[in-house]
Amino acid sequence: MLSTKHVLGIKYLTTADIQKILETAQQFKEVINRPIKKVPSLRDVTIANLFFENSTRTRISFELAEKRLSADVVNFSASSSSVKKGETLLDTVNNILSMKVDMVVMRHPSPGAHLFLSNHIDANIINAGDGTHEHPTQALLDAYSIRERLGSLDKKKILIVGDIKHSRVALSNIFCLQKLGAKVKVCGPPTLIPKHLPHLGVEVEYDLKKGLQWCDVANVLRIQLERQDIKYFPSLREYAHYFGVKKSILDELTHQIVIMHPGPINRGVEISSDVADSDHSIILNQVENGVAVRMAVLYLLAGQRN
Amino acid sequence: MARARTILTTEKFKLTIERLCHQLVENHPRFEHTCIIGIQPRGIPLADRIVKRLRTMVKNPEFNYGKLDITFYRDDFRIRQTPLEASTTEMEFLVEDKNVILIDDVLYTGRTVQAALTAINHYGRPRKVELLALIDRRFNRHLPIQSDYTGMIVDALDEAYVKVEWEDIDGTDKIKLYPKKANT
Repeated sequence: MLSTKHVLGIKYLTTADIQKILETAQQFKEVINRPIKKVPSLRDVTIANLFFENSTRTRISFELAEKRLSADVVNFSASSSSVKKGETLLDTVNNILSMKVDMVVMRHPSPGAHLFLSNHIDANIINAGDGTHEHPTQALLDAYSIRERLGSLDKKKILIVGDIKHSRVALSNIFCLQKLGAKVKVCGPPTLIPKHLPHLGVEVEYDLKKGLQWCDVANVLRIQLERQDIKYFPSLREYAHYFGVKKSILDELTHQIVIMHPGPINRGVEISSDVADSDHSIILNQVENGVAVRMAVLYLLAGQRN
Repeated sequence: MARARTILTTEKFKLTIERLCHQLVENHPRFEHTCIIGIQPRGIPLADRIVKRLRTMVKNPEFNYGKLDITFYRDDFRIRQTPLEASTTEMEFLVEDKNVILIDDVLYTGRTVQAALTAINHYGRPRKVELLALIDRRFNRHLPIQSDYTGMIVDALDEAYVKVEWEDIDGTDKIKLYPKKANT
C-alpha cells in the first residue's frame, strides 16, 4: 500500500512507495505482453484524464494503462472545453467529479496545480506533469527502465543532459533516482541549469564528454522552447554542437552507456538519429514500460479506496 | 497465540500427494494436450511437488507447467483495506484447446479458483479445466466450485484457518488447523 492518497510528485513518495510501484509494474509488464492484455482489477473505477496541456505519449500511455485495467475512462482537453469560457480549475474538476469520477489524471501548465486540487477534492489525483515542476510517472518509468537494463539503481551514475531549468522530468528524475540510491549529475548550458541544484545534492558538469565518460546512463532531455521566454543560447545549431549527444562522442568513451530520452525527440538537436536508434538507446523500452508503471500506480492508488 | 492442531502428519502428507499423482495419471496417461497450472503463491509448492513426481512416474510426460498469479483478477480488490501484493506469472504457453489441471493448496470459498478461471481464459479457451486441491473446506464455499482431485476434506468453522507447511519452506511437511486466523 502506498503511504499517500495521491501521486503529486516523487518528492511526496517514500522509497518504499517507489519500490512497491516498481515491483508491481514488473507484474503488469508481464500482463501487457500476454495475448490478452487486460485484467479486470479496476472494472468499477472511473478515471478522468484532464489535459490542460498538449501530450501524446503520456496521454496515450495513461489511457492504455486505464483501459488495460478495465477502468472507465473519460478524456478532457482544455482546448475543446469550457476552460476557454473562463471556468476555474476547481469548478471544472468539481463538475467532472460530480459525475462520480473516482480518480483524476491531470496535466496542467501551473506548477502546484495538483497540490492545490488535492486540498479541495476527494478523488485520487495523479500528476501527469505540472508545468516545470514534476512529472512523477515519467521518473518512475525511467527508474524502472534503468533497473530493467542494469539490474539495480544503487550507486549507478546517471547524467541528465539538456534543458534542466524548464524540465519537470529532470526534477522528478533527480528525486526518484536519489531515493533509489543512484548518483545524479546534470549537464547543459549554464543558462539552463537552475542555480539551486547543489542543494539537492546534484553536481553540475558543463562538458558533455566528461559527463558522458562519468556516467552509466545518460537521460537526454529536449530543449523546451515553448517554455523559454528569453533566448538562453545563441542558436540550436550551437546547442547541438556543444550539448547534442552524437555517435562520435559515444565512440570515444571507454565504456558503453545507456541512452534514454523521455520524448518527444528533436533529432539532430539534443540527440542524433544514429544514437537514438542505436543499441545504446532504450527509448522505446521506456515507452513500453510507461504503460506498466502507470498501471501499477493506478492499481495501488485505486486499491486504497474502500 | 492460538494452539494449532496437526491434521495431516508428514507421513500421511507424502502418501496423500502420492495418491493425487496416481489419480492424475489414471485420467491423463501421457498428459497429451495438458497444462498443469499452479496458483500463486501457495499453490506453487504443491504444484512443484506434483510435477516433480509425475516426471518420474510417466516417461516423457507431455504437459506444460505454468505458474499463474491471480491477484489482478480477484473480486475483493477495493473491498480489502490494502491491495494484495502480486506474484510472478510464468505461463510460456497458451491453453487453447488444452486440458488444464489447476492446482491450489486449499479450496475454501472458491473465489480464488473463480479468479483463476477468468485469468486462464486470457490465455485461450481450454478444452477442459480440472481442479486439484490438497485441502477441501467443503462447508465454507461461496461459489458452486468443486475440486476434481482432493487430498483431504476438512470440516471446520468459518473462522478457522488451515495452513499447509512445506519441508523446503517451513522445515516439515504437515497441515495444521488453527482455531482463528488472526492468531496464526
